[in-house]
Amino acid sequence: MSSLMREKAKLLDKDAIARSLMRIAHEIIEKNKGTEDLCLVGIRNRGVYLAQRLAECIKRIENKDISVGILDITLYRDDLTLIASQPVVRKTEIDFDITDKILVLVDDVLYTGRTVRAALDALIDFGRPKSIQLAVLVDRGHRELPVRADYVGKNIPTSQKETVEVRLAEVDGVDEVVIVEK
Amino acid sequence: MNHELKIMAWARKDLLGLEDLSKEEIELILTTAESFKEVSTREIKKVPALRGKTVVNLFYEPSTRTRVSFEVAAKRLSADVINIAAQESSARKGETLIDTGRNIEALKADIIVVRHSASGAAAMLARNVSISVVNAGDGWHEHPTQALLDIFTLKEKLGRIAGLKVSIVGDIAHSRVARSNIWGLTKLGAEVTVCAPRMLIPPAIEQMGARITYDIDEALREADAVNVLRMQFERDEEAAFPEKLEYFKNFGITQERLKKAKKNIVVMHPGPINRGIEMSSEVADGLNSVILEQVTNGIAVRMAVLFLVAQARDEKQNNID
Repeated sequence: MSSLMREKAKLLDKDAIARSLMRIAHEIIEKNKGTEDLCLVGIRNRGVYLAQRLAECIKRIENKDISVGILDITLYRDDLTLIASQPVVRKTEIDFDITDKILVLVDDVLYTGRTVRAALDALIDFGRPKSIQLAVLVDRGHRELPVRADYVGKNIPTSQKETVEVRLAEVDGVDEVVIVEK
Repeated sequence: MNHELKIMAWARKDLLGLEDLSKEEIELILTTAESFKEVSTREIKKVPALRGKTVVNLFYEPSTRTRVSFEVAAKRLSADVINIAAQESSARKGETLIDTGRNIEALKADIIVVRHSASGAAAMLARNVSISVVNAGDGWHEHPTQALLDIFTLKEKLGRIAGLKVSIVGDIAHSRVARSNIWGLTKLGAEVTVCAPRMLIPPAIEQMGARITYDIDEALREADAVNVLRMQFERDEEAAFPEKLEYFKNFGITQERLKKAKKNIVVMHPGPINRGIEMSSEVADGLNSVILEQVTNGIAVRMAVLFLVAQARDEKQNNID
């Protein structure tokens, strides 16, 4: 992290993240009346780990295995030339047919909505799902597109000068959500 | 455990050869190509990454497979593609390569994929236009995307490049494929041996880091892979080539010869194959052959190259604005 960034507050710790995910898992099952045709797709990078954790929660509740796909949206972004450092293109791994499935798209932070827009474009290229729902750990507001999440871990009102960082044990060695000021 | 890939930016607007590239740059292309390979397995084999970009295939030499591979790659990235067979167009009216390039730039194209019989043609074009130039073969000099797809295929088959023993067999003297392969493979830590009749081995090849043998059985004995080059009899203007049957007898890859090699030796060929000259049909269609996988991988590698050079150029332009 750059020295200009200042950590302002910790919003969620390990237990709070686990509780949020367990609640979202319950909500997903409730809304879809079970797990039939249900699949999860995590958006790289941290959405993948959240999707895997949600699949574990659902398994604990319903004792059913849920397929988890991985989506890299780099090739579908509308801001490829605006970002300072080049993104690395990584693999998309969706090894099941998504046609007629209920897909729950999983990401860490919902902000402008542009990542979700790109993810929807990418998913449509893989087939025609019955429906696509959106689960995020944090909704920080400031939408630029008409996108809304079906499942939210925590709503965190932020200013645009701030950044929300989701850190996960699989990548960052620790589970926490912090707010950082630029 | 850290799953974040180390981000290494690609800063070149052009891909002219593997001699200029660092090991890290070659690895970045290979990693990017791995991700692109999946796109061709989808029902809708297309991503919008280069939507609105125009790729011009400017070919001064006849080519089907390389041109088609670049065209498929560009189209799977949603770019628009224009093919110019230059030997039958403006070049015949006397227009120079640089003028042609500048005209293509004036059409607001974004990438020129160029093949030319003169070594250094792609580099000269790249110096004279601000749009991206990708070398699809320049004389005897380099054919970087062919070597990249060979290396990609090898890495996919054997899991690594460092420490591998790779033999390149055939007309080394007139082969840009051999040169690009030697640069790429040695940078990634492979040991390269070239094998050919004496008259087809150029003098300076050892300085590039390759070992020479004139004995095909020795070239095969220890090798993890053999890359068999096409004998370009149609280009034999100096009558320097051996007679075809004699070549097959002395250097052709046969099942008999492979019996003495490693059991899992990978057999590659850039195509098109002269069956019964460079290798027997049995070998070409046999279990060790990865020739058609090379064709499939060529698309992923060329998608990666087009994507990376287009991005680098966009970034350069943004910095100027």
